[in-house]
Amino acid sequence: MTGPWAASVFALADSDINFNISALGHSFWQLTIDGLAYGAIYALVAVGYTLVYGVLRLINFAHSEVFMLGMFGQYAALMILGFSPSGNAYAEGAVMTIVFLGIAMIVGMAVSGGVAVGLERVAYRPLRKRNAPSLVFLITAIGASFVLQEFVHFILPKLTGGKLGGVNAQQPIRLVESKQQFTIFGGSVTNITLIIVISALILAFAADVFINRTKFGRGIRAVAQDPTTATLMGVSREKVIMLTFLIGGVLAGAAALLYTLRIPNGIIYSGGFILGIKAFCAAVLGGIGNLRGALLGGLLLGVLENYGQIVFGSGWRDVVSFVVLILVLMVRPTGILGETLGRARA
Amino acid sequence: MPLLEITDMVVGYGRIEALHGISLTVEAGELVTLIGANGAGKTTTMRAVSGIRPLTRGTIKFDGQDITKMKAHLRVLEGIVQAPEGRGVFPGMTVQENLDMGCYTRKFATKAEYQATLDHVFELFPRLAERRSQVGGTMSGGEQQMVAIGRALMARPKLLLLDEPSMGLAPMIIQQIFRIVSEINAEGTTILLVEQNAQQALSRSHRAYILETGEVIKTGGGKELLADPSVKEAYLGVA
Repeated sequence: MTGPWAASVFALADSDINFNISALGHSFWQLTIDGLAYGAIYALVAVGYTLVYGVLRLINFAHSEVFMLGMFGQYAALMILGFSPSGNAYAEGAVMTIVFLGIAMIVGMAVSGGVAVGLERVAYRPLRKRNAPSLVFLITAIGASFVLQEFVHFILPKLTGGKLGGVNAQQPIRLVESKQQFTIFGGSVTNITLIIVISALILAFAADVFINRTKFGRGIRAVAQDPTTATLMGVSREKVIMLTFLIGGVLAGAAALLYTLRIPNGIIYSGGFILGIKAFCAAVLGGIGNLRGALLGGLLLGVLENYGQIVFGSGWRDVVSFVVLILVLMVRPTGILGETLGRARA
Repeated sequence: MPLLEITDMVVGYGRIEALHGISLTVEAGELVTLIGANGAGKTTTMRAVSGIRPLTRGTIKFDGQDITKMKAHLRVLEGIVQAPEGRGVFPGMTVQENLDMGCYTRKFATKAEYQATLDHVFELFPRLAERRSQVGGTMSGGEQQMVAIGRALMARPKLLLLDEPSMGLAPMIIQQIFRIVSEINAEGTTILLVEQNAQQALSRSHRAYILETGEVIKTGGGKELLADPSVKEAYLGVA
């Protein structure tokens, strides 16, 4: 993958800052479409940050590694299904491609969901039992993030005979060949963009219905709004916390597959880091603790940084995100949709 | 056998002991009140019965079963339901959603049963029926108290714990709330009530306990305590 997407994977570029507003005008629709696809991925990952924050008032900095392990999970699934980096994967026909994508996504979701729940068990639950102060949770989250990265960096290759993990990115398995499907105002929409946006919309809708319309979702909101009273109503806080990590993990796992379609060579032990921070920004931008805020923040951040990198130069892409975040917080400290789950109507 | 039997209960916050070994009982069908000044340990007692405050010593028995170590959310399943101090209405949920939280764990066997209980709550608090879809956080104090009590009733409690239902409410609303508390008790629900409004509470209670700095200093029938000179002086503002 070349072009704008590669920029954020590598370090900040050494390029000078530009100001090319006419380029934005030229390719406005293309930038919007691509930005939405990227933003949809941010949005799915952001849900994990926002839900955990809503329930525990904890920024789970290891969530980016939950996402990263999801990428390895779906990659491993494809390898087991017989795909290899050198193979001509997209000769399978549309139906089989969708089947394989589905399997890879489900495995990614299962791995990420499992890692998130396991992380909660091993790292956070013991701290809750001891009534640790919130700073300890934060440091633990950062520590867990390193542990998971280094696990993939050093231990996973030993466990898999060098097939997975290690210092280099995985060789891409190209399951879907990027092909233009149609155009919107001259902006090209590829099959990959369609897969990303449609899957993300379905998952976001499902998450929203789950949180706002089901009994378990009501339990999650109850714990977020008033944990003591929730307990008095018979809600098990521990179960709610587990469920929250599970939902966040599952969505991150789905996002992991979508991300690898877009950035096939992004599967590396450090590959969750920047994306995780962006998703966290998206959650804060929309109003952390607020599910719809996370979804909106993700889409907005994806689009705005895509505009920004054209105007200022591709190396400034990440800078644009953070500046947008700071500007919004200066005007609205609680984020765009404001208030946390604590007060807003989820 | 009493429905609730607390024996020699000691509860502390860190090193500070809030309850120094209190004992009390509530018989099935009774309305029992705890009165006392701020800091006497009334709310701590309620929190301990609900299981959100652990005991350092002593036992709590409910329906003959030792529940001293039972987890808070499981006590709800046993039928101990509390409308907490400060009401604890979920601010981002509608009235209907708040009420449904009452039967989160204590599920109804049939839809008809659920509907009947809901109708009954709306009968007691017609105001809630009108405001079903209003968000809890935007309601007045009195309405929130109605939500809190209605929500507890949705759990069909064997023992209903009411922690200062009159707190911060206008006199008219206080009257109404107390009337409904009596009505709920008359329908057969056992109630343990915590109140600062001693006059109202004592006149409606079968029995009462007076707490002072973590100890039970007096107990007796509600009307009996109402006539007690020392109680009058300390809690009813009459010399």
